[in-house]
Amino acid sequence: MKSDKWKPWALLGPSLTAVFFLLVIPVCFVVVYSFWLRAPSGSDIPAFQFGNYAKFFADFFYPSLLIRTLRVALETVLLCLVMGYIPAYFFYRTESKLKPFLMILIMLPFWISFIIRTLSWINILGDTGLINHMLTQAGIIEDPLPMLYNEAAVLMGLLQYLLPFMILNIYVSLEGIDKSLTEAAKSLGCTEWQAFKEVTLPLSLPGVSAGCLLVFVLTCGTYLPPMILGGPGNDMIANLIFKRIVGTLDWPFGSALSTILLGLLGVIVYTYNRYLGINQIFKTLQ
Amino acid sequence: MRVISGWSLIKVYTLLIYVWMFTPIVAVVLLSFNPQQFGSFPMEGFSFRWYAKLAGNETILGAFQNSIVLGSLTAVFTTAIGIPAAMAFVRYRFPGKETLNTLLLAPIMIPEVVLGVALLIFIRWLQQPKSFALLLIGHVVLTLPYVLLVVQARLVGIKKEYEEAAQTLGASPFQTFRSITFPLLAPAIFAGMLFSFTISFDDVTATLFWATAQNQTVPVKIFGMLRNSISPEINALGTVMIILTVSIPLLAGYLSRRFARGNES
Repeated sequence: MKSDKWKPWALLGPSLTAVFFLLVIPVCFVVVYSFWLRAPSGSDIPAFQFGNYAKFFADFFYPSLLIRTLRVALETVLLCLVMGYIPAYFFYRTESKLKPFLMILIMLPFWISFIIRTLSWINILGDTGLINHMLTQAGIIEDPLPMLYNEAAVLMGLLQYLLPFMILNIYVSLEGIDKSLTEAAKSLGCTEWQAFKEVTLPLSLPGVSAGCLLVFVLTCGTYLPPMILGGPGNDMIANLIFKRIVGTLDWPFGSALSTILLGLLGVIVYTYNRYLGINQIFKTLQ
Repeated sequence: MRVISGWSLIKVYTLLIYVWMFTPIVAVVLLSFNPQQFGSFPMEGFSFRWYAKLAGNETILGAFQNSIVLGSLTAVFTTAIGIPAAMAFVRYRFPGKETLNTLLLAPIMIPEVVLGVALLIFIRWLQQPKSFALLLIGHVVLTLPYVLLVVQARLVGIKKEYEEAAQTLGASPFQTFRSITFPLLAPAIFAGMLFSFTISFDDVTATLFWATAQNQTVPVKIFGMLRNSISPEINALGTVMIILTVSIPLLAGYLSRRFARGNES
């Protein structure tokens, strides 16, 4: 090759500059700000002290929000897995002419604004929503069932947001499996179920774990479903961050909360990448 | 082939997931045509009443204008910096390539809340007010990794040999770019722009941190309207958004397929 070693750097320059100044540095600022003090007047004082972190751990209210966030994220991951594996397997095995159409349909929610998908559940679960309307019409109930503003409603919103990510991750992994492997297993005397259990399922695990990580991280960083579909007791850590930053303008404490969330997810993603490799996720998103 | 035992169960299960996924969305569209005051079931007729009301609402029209301008500018800037970066990753070998690629894709794995907070604190430290420019740079950072992923996937298919052949035959670098590279690149650019436009147009989580009353996007406006419960107007606005953001990629897919067919003949 000629001396065009500088070329890739020239091409990368603008993107790297943008990410460095608009992402790396601002995130460092969050960490720095988390050590600052908040004056009673509301202004911020540069300092290096752990008061904001002490405040977080002093009252069990704050850690309990973090624990709830992790619990809800785990529930979302498990439900996505249960709801997503079978449709992904269907896409893998189906020979239907409708497959491209069905695939586009599963991608469609990606193109619909998160806020619309979240609020759409009010039309289903609300007091005058679809379910209560049908149950009342059928004479099964007289007063509407309270289905909104609880954790189940929050999970509905989260699942609808995240299920396509899980399905696609699993599908991409399944698609990479040579179908003759299952045939070989069957010709050696395996039943359909055994062939699935011994061959297909283990080979699809990279996609499953990538999907789980993505769903987990995205759940931890969202505040919209708890805010719109949840009650007062369903707030997650991101809701607290939103309230502290946008509501009470408590920048140092809001920064400390963000740092805690970022650190926790950082550890999880780092561990995952160390043992399993993170590129599977990026592969799917193409 | 023997019918796989349990295959019909898998089909039914998949169908149920589709029903679960699309019932709420269909409900939004249906209820937006319900003339009744409280956007709820049962449907009592069919009218465009709420759409007419939307069309007469200045702030909503303003939000649409903001969203479209913001989305278009985001698309232009993100693709302008993203396409060269994608080319660097696909075409060249250089030290630290893997690490840099991961760094540029990292925003996908950083919670959007933290992105929102980070940029806001940075702007505050610079003593700048929240502005349209903040929304724009925020959306560029937000959409860049997705554009990189999509464009890289498209670029892998374009062979370097075409350009080398053109240059061997005496084309200048500019001529090569104009008649070989650019036409081959156009679908990737188009896909990148489309992708960033839609993400920008739809985003709400980080945008709520950056938006002001003067610089509302449509999702931010919907969020504000939700404060006083759901209304048929919100359903109508949601339907307009759904039609816009869903039809654009579908139309683009259709056009690019026609394009491809046209090139073959």
